[in-house]
Amino acid sequence: MALPSYTSVPERIWHYLFIAICAAVFLFLVFPLLVIIPLSFNAVPFFTFTKEMLAFDLSGYSLRWYEDFFTNPNWQGAVRNSFVIAIFATLLSTFFGTLAALGLSRNHMPYRTLITSLLISPMIVPLIISAAGMFFFYSRLGLLGSHIGVILAHAALGTPFVVITVTATLVGFDNSLICAASSLGATPTQIFCKIIVPLITPGVISGALLAFITSFDEVVVVLFVGSFRQRTIPWQMFSGIREHISPTILAVATLMILISVILLVALELLRRRTERIRGIKES
Amino acid sequence: MFQRSAIVASALLGLSVAASAQAETELVVVSWGGAYTASQQNAYHDPYMKTNSDIKIINDDSAGDAVAKLRAMNEAGNVSWDLVDVVAADAIRLCDEGLAEVIDHDDALAPAPNGMSASQDFGDLLVSECFIPQIVYSTVFGYRNDLVPEPMTSVCDVFDLAKFPGKRSLEKRPINNLEWALICDGVDPAGVYDALATDAGVNRALAKLDTIKGSVIWWEAGAQTPQLLADGEVVVGSTYNGRLFALIEEQKQPVSMLWDWQVFDLDGWIVPKGTKNKAEVMEYLRFATDTQRLADQAKYISYGPARKSSAPLIGKHASLGIEMAPHMPTDPNNSKTTLLYNYEFWADNRDDIDVKWNAWLMQ
Amino acid sequence: MPEQILSAGRMPLKKALAASQRKDKLTAFLMVAPLLAFILITFLMPIVDMLYRSVDNSIVPETLPRTVVAIEEWNPDTTELPSEAVYAALHADIAAASEQRTHTRVGQRLNYENPGISSLFRSAGRKLKTIKAGPYKEAMIAQDKRWGDTDKWRTIQTFSKSFTWGYFVNAFDGRFNNAGGIELRPENERIYMFLMWRTVVMSLTITLMTLLLGFPIAYLLAIVPTRISNLLIILVLLPFWTSLLVRTTSWIALLQQQGVVNDFLVLLGLLSEDGRLVMMYNSTGTMIAMTHILLPFMVLPLYSVMKTISPSYMRAAISLGAHPWRAFWRIYFPNTIPGIGAGGILVFILATGYYITPALVGGNDGVFISNRIAYNISLSLNWGLAAALSVILLALVMVMFIVYDNIVGINNIKVGS
Repeated sequence: MALPSYTSVPERIWHYLFIAICAAVFLFLVFPLLVIIPLSFNAVPFFTFTKEMLAFDLSGYSLRWYEDFFTNPNWQGAVRNSFVIAIFATLLSTFFGTLAALGLSRNHMPYRTLITSLLISPMIVPLIISAAGMFFFYSRLGLLGSHIGVILAHAALGTPFVVITVTATLVGFDNSLICAASSLGATPTQIFCKIIVPLITPGVISGALLAFITSFDEVVVVLFVGSFRQRTIPWQMFSGIREHISPTILAVATLMILISVILLVALELLRRRTERIRGIKES
Repeated sequence: MFQRSAIVASALLGLSVAASAQAETELVVVSWGGAYTASQQNAYHDPYMKTNSDIKIINDDSAGDAVAKLRAMNEAGNVSWDLVDVVAADAIRLCDEGLAEVIDHDDALAPAPNGMSASQDFGDLLVSECFIPQIVYSTVFGYRNDLVPEPMTSVCDVFDLAKFPGKRSLEKRPINNLEWALICDGVDPAGVYDALATDAGVNRALAKLDTIKGSVIWWEAGAQTPQLLADGEVVVGSTYNGRLFALIEEQKQPVSMLWDWQVFDLDGWIVPKGTKNKAEVMEYLRFATDTQRLADQAKYISYGPARKSSAPLIGKHASLGIEMAPHMPTDPNNSKTTLLYNYEFWADNRDDIDVKWNAWLMQ
Repeated sequence: MPEQILSAGRMPLKKALAASQRKDKLTAFLMVAPLLAFILITFLMPIVDMLYRSVDNSIVPETLPRTVVAIEEWNPDTTELPSEAVYAALHADIAAASEQRTHTRVGQRLNYENPGISSLFRSAGRKLKTIKAGPYKEAMIAQDKRWGDTDKWRTIQTFSKSFTWGYFVNAFDGRFNNAGGIELRPENERIYMFLMWRTVVMSLTITLMTLLLGFPIAYLLAIVPTRISNLLIILVLLPFWTSLLVRTTSWIALLQQQGVVNDFLVLLGLLSEDGRLVMMYNSTGTMIAMTHILLPFMVLPLYSVMKTISPSYMRAAISLGAHPWRAFWRIYFPNTIPGIGAGGILVFILATGYYITPALVGGNDGVFISNRIAYNISLSLNWGLAAALSVILLALVMVMFIVYDNIVGINNIKVGS
């Protein structure tokens, strides 16, 4: 941001101060994540940079915490549970959420506001309350300490994201397109496959990714609804931090950051694709 | 049509064959995880599975929140655990709530080698009709012998900031802390619980704790005090004696035991009401709680066996090769002054005192 | 009379339209129905169930059916003990209940209200059998003098109904007094209102901090060219997408006494080895970590609102002679209020329900009401109290929503017009 030549001195000072403040906030946002990565390669079991590490001496670094992660059955079980639960929860919330979003976007949806607010309530109610309620109710159903219980709970928490993202792709959708298609003799199936699917796909995928990460990161509900056999990566991290913080947790954290980066890139690509599709449509 | 039913029949047949080949019963045993579960695996599970090939024992490390989960499972009538390791106070509570099976100790458990009945062998450690004790452990202090001017000998040294400056770690709950505070405030140890039953007694204990409150780091998990001692963040701290044993003997840290007024507590088994494998569990329990097995566990972890008859059988540590008897909380040298966790008192007053305790913590 | 317009199917058009609209409505509803049913079962019913738990007291009348009827007659204001009939009823109830071992369960329930009832009922289950015939009153008091304590009987009478406000009374640090009224507990037994208060104050502070930190960067993102803002926003999205536990862990690694920040300050000579700062396991640690974790939830709504504010407003104001500050304050800032409202409410609501971060880094003075809810569920097993506390927290969140709707919503309309 170059300044025009006529800006006054106080304005210049303010301008650079503003940039400095923003830089500091950005640093605050990412530094804690970045600092974990080198620490996870520490050769000693402490959360500090040793002299060897600061001198870039290779002996100060090691992969022992990663080795521990990949050989420890507790962590391996957690990885398996995390993926199984997140994948099934995502499938459920994507299916129900997409269908509902399509319904909500129709012109004659009755009680739209009420129903929408009910559907997105899992996103709004504080997690501890959802977890407490689910603990009490799922126990009555005998779902406590079962994979099914955790999957259903996570699916409920993930659906609002799918509903919102898919609905967003349908905002401003020109219904005359459907009329035109059907007057030209397209069957409902054809309309669905040729018009609606391409339009909502990016929204469905980003909703699914959000639902996935919701489940993948979630720990409060797993702690209450799940049992040891449903322990996920965040569960294992939680009890690890409580009991004894070993740098293995830092290694796991680094891997989790890697997963977030991958998801983030995927979402960004999708967003651009949506913009392109919609841009073409609007022009 | 015929063909199809033939396929179905053969599939069913195949299933039943598979089922009979796999006539193995899985017992889900809930315990604390870590070194503790490992000691049970070595002393109980492995030898039992060796002689009973039809039983497979699965460890589930959920003991930390077993009481709430068990109550919830019971409410749904869907109990998926077969045996749960709990501290005695929780066993009493589970028994009260009707969540644990009542055990006839003499009928269900093996007598001692000398023929003494199980109930005599366990003696007054049978604090609940549902509870089968395994170990005696104690909550006790350990201190950094290199950071204090002279060895600590009395639990009241913990309250003496002038003589032993530095941070202390105490458990973030009233139990044990209030008892120690009263003893060090001059209350007759025999009358501690009479005092605590009154508002004035609780206030007196909290006032004593007030004198060190600013120097206390509160812990919630048993591993925290060993960690804090190792890091030198505290000079003295309370934890379970087995954790301190590991810190001193296995990790060779400059830490010593302060056995004065250690508080004994019990840990053991309950059989959850509604288990689908009750017969198998009882069979396993008869083996796992016999005199030899309880003595074996002490080879792996420094907790005292709950049977009197096991004491003479305690041997050396499995990997360190040191005699375990002097490290037991029940050893005469260590147990000159002790308290036994008062189950009845805390069952009645825990929630009430806990509210006062938390109000005090927040001040 | 105008000729009726007919549709292709020879139906009056109006009717045809109505029919197709009805059909459309039905289709729309049928598409939403599966999710609605799913959310109803997996999410809304648990919440309703919790509402029920917070007032449910059926265990007492179910376990002690004779006693609750008999004790109705007794006047709790007197110092007189209940009549022989009440003792006989309780004797019969406990005898029946101890067969199923439910007497201890009801003892646990009443012990939350009056410490000591748990052991009284437990020992009664064992000992009352020895009293074979009436009169029971003297015999029971002889067996355990606590049966001669009007206080215990008062508790049984107060909690003899199937529904109770008792858990809510407790959740507001109150209790039932001897006169049957409700009073505040003594000072040294009040925790819940204080915790609720702390939760709200700390959540507000965190919301304010996220606003202070988030506003400048959202503004920067809105005014730089898209090419740059697309890059910079990744710095906001990366923490947003990273696990809450990962971020909590990083703050522990940074802020603990042997952590990176203290090491760095010691290395620079700004701190002595003994003077390491305590920044973790207290309210400071909770606030720093939660501000970091919730910052993206403030930045993203702010940014999306700011992006829509045309820079020409500000330019126009400045060119008309307004000082840039004044232009910003009077023209730009009011336009950002919907973003501030949305972000603020979101952060506040998320903060009030936080459990994990306070549990891990809160230490003593950084824990929230949610931690106490968890304690009551898993440790003290007082599920009714946990449910009542949750209901209060839920009500707080709903009130926030209504406030948001009324204040920000109205402003929103004004700004827009």
